[in-house]
Amino acid sequence: MIPELGHFALILSLCVALAAGILPLVGAYRNQAQWIAFARPATSAIFVLILVSYACLTWAFYVDDFSVAYVAGHSNSQMPTIFRLSAVWGGHEGSLLLWALMLAGWAIAVATFSRQLPDAMVARVLGVMGLVMVGLLAFTLFTSNPFERLMPAPAEGRSLNPLLQDFGLLYHPPLLYMGYVGLSVAFAFAIAALLAGQLDAAWARWSRPWTIAAWAFLTLGNSLGSWWAYYELGWGGWWFWDPVENASFMPWLLATALIHSLAVTEKRGSFKNWTVLLAIAAFSLTLLGTFLVRSGVLTSVHAFATDPGRGMFILIFLTFVIGSSLLLFAIRAPKVGLGGRFALVSRETLLLLNNVLLVVACGAVFLGTIYPLLIDALGMGKISVGPPYFNAVFIPLMLPVLALVALGPTMRWKQSDLKADLLKLWPAAVVGVAVGVATPLLASQWHSYAALLMALVGWIVAAIVLQTYDRLKAGKPTASWWGMQLAHFGLAVFVVGATMISVYDEERDVRMEPGDTVAVGGHVFKFLGVRAADGPNFSSLVGSFEVSKEGQPLSMLYPEKRDYGPGHMPMTEAAIDGRFTYDLYVSLGEPLTADKEGGPWAVRVYYKPFAFWIWGGCLFMALGGFIAMADRRYRLKLKPRPAAVAVGAAA
Amino acid sequence: MNKFLLPLVAFVALIGLLAFGLTLNPREVPSPLVGKPAPAFSLPKLHDEQIMFSPQEMKGKVWLLNVWASWCVSCREEHPIIVEYAARGVLPPVVGLNYKDKRDDALRWLLRFGDPYLLSVADVDGRVGIDYGVYGVPETYLIDKAGVIRFKQIGPITRKAMEEKILPLVKELNQ
Repeated sequence: MIPELGHFALILSLCVALAAGILPLVGAYRNQAQWIAFARPATSAIFVLILVSYACLTWAFYVDDFSVAYVAGHSNSQMPTIFRLSAVWGGHEGSLLLWALMLAGWAIAVATFSRQLPDAMVARVLGVMGLVMVGLLAFTLFTSNPFERLMPAPAEGRSLNPLLQDFGLLYHPPLLYMGYVGLSVAFAFAIAALLAGQLDAAWARWSRPWTIAAWAFLTLGNSLGSWWAYYELGWGGWWFWDPVENASFMPWLLATALIHSLAVTEKRGSFKNWTVLLAIAAFSLTLLGTFLVRSGVLTSVHAFATDPGRGMFILIFLTFVIGSSLLLFAIRAPKVGLGGRFALVSRETLLLLNNVLLVVACGAVFLGTIYPLLIDALGMGKISVGPPYFNAVFIPLMLPVLALVALGPTMRWKQSDLKADLLKLWPAAVVGVAVGVATPLLASQWHSYAALLMALVGWIVAAIVLQTYDRLKAGKPTASWWGMQLAHFGLAVFVVGATMISVYDEERDVRMEPGDTVAVGGHVFKFLGVRAADGPNFSSLVGSFEVSKEGQPLSMLYPEKRDYGPGHMPMTEAAIDGRFTYDLYVSLGEPLTADKEGGPWAVRVYYKPFAFWIWGGCLFMALGGFIAMADRRYRLKLKPRPAAVAVGAAA
Repeated sequence: MNKFLLPLVAFVALIGLLAFGLTLNPREVPSPLVGKPAPAFSLPKLHDEQIMFSPQEMKGKVWLLNVWASWCVSCREEHPIIVEYAARGVLPPVVGLNYKDKRDDALRWLLRFGDPYLLSVADVDGRVGIDYGVYGVPETYLIDKAGVIRFKQIGPITRKAMEEKILPLVKELNQ
């Protein structure tokens, strides 16, 4: 009964979403106050209905209702409650429902925190979001209904893929979906502005905090996903350029470009068309990513249940949403003015460079991701594109980005004086060179690549310090200024981690018998043996390793090999001793003889310098985003400003 | 032409590609082993570890080598199809290669889902699987009278693959 209730609520929410997607838009077009006023209550109704639906599915998981096919396929009664509850989004159908819930959540947040905006604008934004919701709910109901019954009900569920039975499942998908869905707000604002024919600084200011919030969630979702892969997969890697990773990384790159170009549009009224196009493109990439991941056109380690029927549905949805947006863009964009002019040496130019580089980088990732598909479609064979391509193309594009990050906040809008700017920042350049030279020397192994990247890190961080000093002299900086600098600092921290780990990590694959030792990264790992242990729904073989440094015992590590029973691959749980400047990482391979507890094992031991800095840097970036979006000025009612140029014929 | 139409044009081209991509199967990788002699091996039988089996014994027969495992979820999808066709007597002898599995689990699995195999051999450490280029279970190889691999099915055998590819080829090879 409860699942039917959830199903019913979902159908109702689709009906309301249809109304919410049409009436407010028509109302805004014809200037009918009642229809405009429909947007907010309809948004609340959709949220409540989807929440009910979601709660019903969660309940089905909680009480182990295996008569629901989705529950039977992704849960079983042995699983700990916390994983049973997060298994709701452990598969395709439920994750769509979570997605819909979040979209409704963002919509209601827009409805609530937009009191200072004109009602017609809010109605347009909510209307566009309602239309997106219609597509998503129809997709869920018609191709991926999580409430479908299974008759006769099995006595026990199939259990969730053991890879997903981890705390990573609790935070990674929700955060990533928050980011994905958040971009639909930026998209809705862009479409609303195009519909109204009002692409101006006010629009940019309204959509900025939402875009930054979405970007911050995307940052968190991507980085915590990377962290999860690092500790869970047992390969010691943190980024694999897998199509599914790319699918969420490309929107991140475009969202990063978008938050920078929005700054120009807000402050200077320039880049308007470009900004709108970016907002459309970033959201399009989230839809495209969904298509790539869930239609089965590409192979990936993230195996979602794929189905060409679903692929077709998303493709049609995608065609409709993006096609109509781009058509609208083509109609409206020619009438948009150019905005404030700027000199070659100015902050605008820098941000333009930032945008070009990020968009080209995104294009390169995009090309690498769909290239196998392209080659296959041309009948030229089957290939896969791997890290060598991505690293070779992506990293050189990021070097100038890093070099320019430090300059941006120093340069003035409109026209800056390059000589004066560089004069202000020369100490940072000195620090950069010093750090660049010192790092490989301290690591006692010269590596030009590490030297270059660490020099850029030194340059960025020192510039931030100088700029902060200057800025504090001039008065109290705004929240968005602090947020920007914190995010830039996070980028530098991230680069430290990514550089050091890829250049100075050490890895040994060894055969170890109890009592054997292996030395990696200046540490000695002694294998003490393996014992059997039992978890709630798995049996485990736990290895013990004693780590010592210069004869002093440092810590114990207990990597595991878990067996979740028939139907599942055995799982490797790596053991990590995480420290500030390095991680010690041990993972058990395979037992080499039948004597699992006393015999030799294949063991992988890693020394990962500055591993934590990768995710720590991302945390700073996201935190910077959250601080920036809390800036007061986003909450003020907008006064007419000279820079706000209304353009185009009012529709 | 309106330059602002360019994004739309690029997008339409992309949609065309994606729509075409939906009709393709990225997992369908041509195997370099097709047309080559099946790699030799000698493995203990699953039901009786004392007796070894080698592909030599099948010389002169058209046969199928089906890679399966009790932990493999997709194997449950194809297994009823193999059982059904074997029961109808239209299949050539099928040898099961039990891949990286525990013997008890494997035997229990056969008891539960049926045993259509002439015999199964246990490839506990997956070495033979490496020789055959197995990268996902299930996979099935069709081997002719001379011991040459003539066809490889990657992933579960579907009814369609059985009717349209495997059975016609078996018929042809048996002539």
